[in-house]
Amino acid sequence: MTTYYTQDHEWIEVDGDLGTVGITDYAQGQLGDITYVDLPEVGAPVAKGAAPCVVDSVKAASDVFSPVSGTIVAVNETLADAPELVNTDPETGGWLFRVTLSDPAELTGLMDKAAYEAFVKDL
Amino acid sequence: MNAPNPSGWRPAMGDGVQDPAQLTASGDRGLMLEEPLIFELGRPGTCGVDFDEPAGEMLPGLARFARKAAPALPGLTEPETVRHYTRLSRQNYAIDLGPFPLGSCTMKHNPRLNEKVARLPGFADIHPLQPQQTVPGAIAAIVELADWLVTLTGMDAVAMTPKAGAHGELCGLLCIRAALEARGDARAVILVPESAHGTNPATAAFAGYRVENIPATADGRVDLAALTARLEPDVAAVMITNPNTCGLFERDMKRIADAVHAVGGFVYCDGANFNAIVGKVRPGDLGVDAMHINLHKTFSTPHGGGGPGSGPVVLSAALAPFAPLPFAQVGSDGVLRLIEEEDALTAHPHSFGRMAAFHGQMGMFTRALTYILSHGADGLRQVAEDAVLNANYVLRSLDDALDAPFGEAGPCMHEALFSDDGLPEGFTTLDIAKGLIDEGFHPMTVYFPLVVHGAMLIEPTETESKAGLDRFIAAMRSLAVRAQGGDPSLKSAPHLAPRRRLDETLAARKPVLTYAG
Repeated sequence: MTTYYTQDHEWIEVDGDLGTVGITDYAQGQLGDITYVDLPEVGAPVAKGAAPCVVDSVKAASDVFSPVSGTIVAVNETLADAPELVNTDPETGGWLFRVTLSDPAELTGLMDKAAYEAFVKDL
Repeated sequence: MNAPNPSGWRPAMGDGVQDPAQLTASGDRGLMLEEPLIFELGRPGTCGVDFDEPAGEMLPGLARFARKAAPALPGLTEPETVRHYTRLSRQNYAIDLGPFPLGSCTMKHNPRLNEKVARLPGFADIHPLQPQQTVPGAIAAIVELADWLVTLTGMDAVAMTPKAGAHGELCGLLCIRAALEARGDARAVILVPESAHGTNPATAAFAGYRVENIPATADGRVDLAALTARLEPDVAAVMITNPNTCGLFERDMKRIADAVHAVGGFVYCDGANFNAIVGKVRPGDLGVDAMHINLHKTFSTPHGGGGPGSGPVVLSAALAPFAPLPFAQVGSDGVLRLIEEEDALTAHPHSFGRMAAFHGQMGMFTRALTYILSHGADGLRQVAEDAVLNANYVLRSLDDALDAPFGEAGPCMHEALFSDDGLPEGFTTLDIAKGLIDEGFHPMTVYFPLVVHGAMLIEPTETESKAGLDRFIAAMRSLAVRAQGGDPSLKSAPHLAPRRRLDETLAARKPVLTYAG
């Protein structure tokens, strides 16, 4: 399994053709307390760069952009009652949705952990 | 009935002050009055007025909808009811109590002359279904205000019916859509810069368009190169707020408009910040095709709980034929008349339809017209000058104490923007805002615009005096100094308000929206 990062502060953990998507610890810190997560529908197609998911915090409502194209196959149902998981455990238990990758080549434009950390440091 | 709030939760009281329930027999603290919900007051069966017993048989016309049990209305006498609302009003903050520095909202004084004129019986005691020949004065007032708005903006026409800013945006976009469809050129995309008002993308999506963002430049303005690069034949319109939400004038407006027109698109301008340029700049000269005007901002009609909004939309010659019904017009015989659906086929055949049942917010029209006539052209120009002067006074008085992200770029327009950059670790914009409550001011707009980290957007408006601004500036400076000194009490402000810092996260995650059950 490999984890990739986007400039919009999403992460995607890829296992074969299955990707798990969430927002980074940096992103949750910037957003403040998450109050609601608008999850996509399972079975919906999604394009790279589209915003299938919205995260509401006390400060703002923010789109979550899909790092890859594919089909949504699962969403993190526990967030309906416990959106705070995105704050407390953003990069594991606070995952948002799972997607089957239709074009794994899309991953090549993303950052690895070291590159993302350097990117955040410069912000 | 009369069950106390079942959640049992009460916000905390001030620091160092015992819960008044333990301090006084009444539960009040001095003349700071605690007040239950109205449903927790009174007694069943009490009523402020005596109703006659119904005479004769009840008619069964309501069938199964007839009420079987009495409604659970609170049982209060008239003085109890009056006191309830007066007590609540004393816990409120209002523009008549002090400055309301909410950036982007233009919370300025509502002149009392406006109120006097709006209460004249010829304006206040009429009904929209009255025959129009019985209300020529009211129609003439609408037309006179419309003429002023068209003149001040340098446009061709105005739709008076939209009820507020976002309703005006929708009206403008529906005109644009009708114009595009009339030439068989339906388009899919509306471009919205990052520095635009938040309602713009929502309106574009509601009008059926796909929204694409255009980035801002480092100096807080629309990125002209990025915008022109995206201008293709699928772009229906660009929505630009000018002056924008960073409090800056979009200097490239004319070039943006020319580029958009060159590819057959339209320019929508969000006119919420028109108070900064009224009498100085005519949006029509900048190539704007449609712009709403918030009468409740620029033209001083009350808002924020004090009155309804009103958002007339001025239109270019290209869009005027598609304006909504109804509207008032002076006919070739010199007589004022209303153009409604009955006359539309001949008088106005391309209208996209109707935005509202009647003619708009009449009570706001009379107030705005009073404001315009009592100021005159020179007075309106001074409104813009003083609004900009006051904002720059705030900006320059505080830019050594707080980070002003665009301060280097020159003067601001009507609002001063600061960021949380430079606040020490652990202190946030929210702490400054809450501290301002202890200082006796309504907080500024926080965390907006989104393009600035921890934004504090301050719009003093032209109606604050220098003495009032100096008091506000001294309070802000003291809060910045306390943050720099690491004062932990600022982290838990407010301490002196009727309630301590409320748990906004809990309120959003687990809102309690009912008083019982």
